[in-house]
Amino acid sequence: MKRRHLSKKEVEHTAWLAHIELSEKEKKLFTEQFNDILDYFKKIDKVDTENVQPTYHVLDLMNVYREDEAAPSLPKEEALKNAPKKEKDFLKAPRIV
Amino acid sequence: MPKLHALTAKETVEKIRSKEATAEECVLSVFERIHRLEDRIHAFVTLIEEEALEKAREIDKKVSEGKPLGRLAGVAIAVKDSICTKGIRTTCSSRMLENFVPPYDADVIERVKEEDGIIIGKTNMDEFAMGSSTETSYFAPTHNPWDLSRVPGGSSGGSAAAVATDEAILAFGADTGGSVRCPASYCSVVGIKPTYGLVRRHGVIAFANSLEQIGPMARNVYDCALFLSVIAGHDPKDTTSVKASAKDYTEFLKNSVEGFKIGVPKEFFGEGTSEAVEKQVLRGVHKLEELGASCEETSLPSLEYALATYYIVAMSEASSNLARYDGIRYGYRIDRDNGDWSTVYSKNRRIGFGAEVRRRIILGTYALSAGYYDKYYLKALKIRTLIRRDFEKAFKKFGVLIGPTMPIPPFKIGEKIQDPLALYMCDVDTVSANLAGLPAMSVPCGFTNGLPVGMQIIAPPLREDLMLQVAYTFEQNTTHKNRKPSLK
Repeated sequence: MKRRHLSKKEVEHTAWLAHIELSEKEKKLFTEQFNDILDYFKKIDKVDTENVQPTYHVLDLMNVYREDEAAPSLPKEEALKNAPKKEKDFLKAPRIV
Repeated sequence: MPKLHALTAKETVEKIRSKEATAEECVLSVFERIHRLEDRIHAFVTLIEEEALEKAREIDKKVSEGKPLGRLAGVAIAVKDSICTKGIRTTCSSRMLENFVPPYDADVIERVKEEDGIIIGKTNMDEFAMGSSTETSYFAPTHNPWDLSRVPGGSSGGSAAAVATDEAILAFGADTGGSVRCPASYCSVVGIKPTYGLVRRHGVIAFANSLEQIGPMARNVYDCALFLSVIAGHDPKDTTSVKASAKDYTEFLKNSVEGFKIGVPKEFFGEGTSEAVEKQVLRGVHKLEELGASCEETSLPSLEYALATYYIVAMSEASSNLARYDGIRYGYRIDRDNGDWSTVYSKNRRIGFGAEVRRRIILGTYALSAGYYDKYYLKALKIRTLIRRDFEKAFKKFGVLIGPTMPIPPFKIGEKIQDPLALYMCDVDTVSANLAGLPAMSVPCGFTNGLPVGMQIIAPPLREDLMLQVAYTFEQNTTHKNRKPSLK
């Protein structure tokens, strides 16, 4: 029998952390699907990774800097053009506190 | 004389240079083709016919004034809709970005414009490149030109289908776990995923930064090499760009594999590989042997874990990358947004993102969350190191590695979409090149029941030259590229 890796409650919590609202139907469906996927991911458990360094990135580049020179940036109206809601020269955000 | 839309990029440029055809005629011919086929194929999300024709007339003016022409003069180029184009809607095939118009061009788009290439439109894809079938697009799937009831592969499915049907001469794809190679294989075109860092990533809408590369797609190896020569190179705006000098990759296209050592990893023919695919790919390997290469079975044991490793890394990176979609600066925003920030943010993302994108963000968030980070994300990154080491070892012995691009032929639209894991399994042979940052490409190597099969060639970092030479030799000595889908 398949192991249950995560419950519907955990899916709800993780979706909340990711700021994605889910419908009741989706919570159930995603819980099923996530358990199938995590069951497949289980195969990595048996790999011996003792003393192996993680690869975050395949390039040997580190701390890529450029000269700190001022250059023109996006004009205000361009920067605001794609905003769904705006007021005067500002982006309009929902209430935060 | 073949129709202008059926010309390769090389032939198009030659015809325009020698004044046998105008750029306007070439672009018009491609749009005629688009108008004839697009309701059946659905390769494009956005078309820009007027702009393209205007640009073509500018090139014709250059010709008549005797001014020098770029390397892609008059070539109709389709662009995957994850690559930003100034003033042209760029949606990533998502409702989230349905109305997003970038204020700048991706660096690769600037390069193509400098070489007088002509952007004709933006191609359909899996939403945010998450998928292998182009079915997760908010704008409905693209159809495989070889069998309209089947998927074209993904995520760059629109680009591959456009090139295969002559709806574009060249197309941009982007490959995070096979998104160029998979649709290239399924539509019988050539597609390259370059070495990580070789092609400038500035302006590509990110899904998994450490894995993805923009890649060229074309009807033959020469055109792909030409296209790569234009888009490869260092970019100071991209901190993950390799400082490699510009090359003309067409110079490496020699018709010979004499003395080449080719490894055939048995892990690429594992459980789930269809017999028909295995047969065609092994026939391709024998062909290369006949042509003077030595081919030998080999083993990279860590490849067995590549798929699980890839999905953990890709989902984790996606969850972090896609956090930017809050519906404030750009993107989908619900109308009634008088709730608090957290509620509005969560609703925007519920409606703006499709199911697969939400699944990956949530599962990625889980893999990065306290208590699971070591078990999933960190563990996967360590296995990534083992996979790199296995490739390094293999490349001490072999010049290139060969296997199938896809384990199965193109499947039916709707066949797998309800089962995410079954769809992930299709990426089993392509993801390892992304994890290790290696160049890899798919070339047509035959058909099974009228459906295309692609052969994958993988090379050591920055050895696109070796990969291209093998692909070119194979292509020159086989007839697969001459076969066209029968669409009237």
